[in-house]
Amino acid sequence: MSCDRAGIALHGYFDNELDATAGSEFERHLERCSDCVNELEALDSLRSSINVARLYEKATPAFRKKILADIGFAPPVAVFPAQSVWSWLAVAAALILVAYTGWRVVSSNRSSDYESAFASEILDAHLRSLQPGHLTDVVSTDQHTVKPWFDGKLDFSPPVKDFGDQGFPLQGGRIDIVHGRTVAALVYARRKHFVNVFIWPTDEKDAAPRSGSQRGYQWIEWREGGMDFCAVSDAVPSALEQLQRLFTE
Amino acid sequence: MQDSQDRVRFEMLVLPHLDAAYNLARWLLRSGADAEDVAQEAMLRSYRFFHSFQGGDVRAWLLQIVRNTCYTYLEKNRRVKDMTEFDEELHGPPSPTPEALAIAGDNRARLTHALESLSPRYREVIVLRELEGCSYKEIATIISIPIGTVMSTLSRARRELQLALGPSCEEANREL
Repeated sequence: MSCDRAGIALHGYFDNELDATAGSEFERHLERCSDCVNELEALDSLRSSINVARLYEKATPAFRKKILADIGFAPPVAVFPAQSVWSWLAVAAALILVAYTGWRVVSSNRSSDYESAFASEILDAHLRSLQPGHLTDVVSTDQHTVKPWFDGKLDFSPPVKDFGDQGFPLQGGRIDIVHGRTVAALVYARRKHFVNVFIWPTDEKDAAPRSGSQRGYQWIEWREGGMDFCAVSDAVPSALEQLQRLFTE
Repeated sequence: MQDSQDRVRFEMLVLPHLDAAYNLARWLLRSGADAEDVAQEAMLRSYRFFHSFQGGDVRAWLLQIVRNTCYTYLEKNRRVKDMTEFDEELHGPPSPTPEALAIAGDNRARLTHALESLSPRYREVIVLRELEGCSYKEIATIISIPIGTVMSTLSRARRELQLALGPSCEEANREL
């Protein structure tokens, strides 16, 4: 593959839009071409700074109201007489209020404050690990070496898997502290980036992944089989989603 | 005209994408006030044409309408502008350069300025991909180009954006 052609394929690769053949063809090119590696890094940092800047412009509540009014009153054809529409609206409004209040109570401990504090702590742990000499306590790409290493150091047994064939080679593991409790941290490499996967036991039910970004770093958290997992990295968000899928497969 | 079932379907399927509609209009028109007018028109249009929606990707369908409405507005506006003697864009006070904004440490203003300096054709693919998170297939539908050209359009658009951000881009990103 020539670099001219790769220069465009690079964007498809970055956006996870290449098919398997084109993807591996590009990866072979990437091994020989430092220009393309640098360009990928530049795109990555461009995307991070776009994420950090929060450029997305949401519709204001007043505008939303205006549109609702437009739609509500636009068609003259109404199945219900006008009066009953209003009484239905009143019932609907009451239901929404009840549902909203209930949701506030239930979700108060997972509110956005909580979420950002959680993300902040995970991110701090990630950044600490990147200090020289802090990344791994046990250095091995072999899951059968890393897993027994945790024995006796933790009150639970974290699942340890190597995804080297899928582009996430295991680098090792260490013990870390998050939220005041001891957790297992698995370290994976993703091209030039490191990914920390923090694992700790939980009593809560399995939960689908939720994700976010802070200070240009991405995180994704999910719960499965009595374990809470949180992956964090400055790699592209799609990479974390891919890793999450590998874990749950 | 439409019956209430259509309205309920519209509320369930299309209204959740109101933010997407407004966001695309805001970036294409570079003005919040214009974006509200045009997004409102687009929402009403999509409501009128809703019976012709065949199912599938409703966000892409809506954004296609928003985009067309924006371009019609820009085209009309450009002609009006051509007729007026004073063009604010040409004669207005010089806006700060990206470098100056970077020094001021305002990452958001710097990116906004750089993105707004791109031509609408490049701006829209950046907005759809980076802000809206659209797939190439969705982008192809929305801006009516073959899916094969989305990648090359994005590569040129990103290059332009990097150039508009100037050399300070790298340093600013390293600080993050």
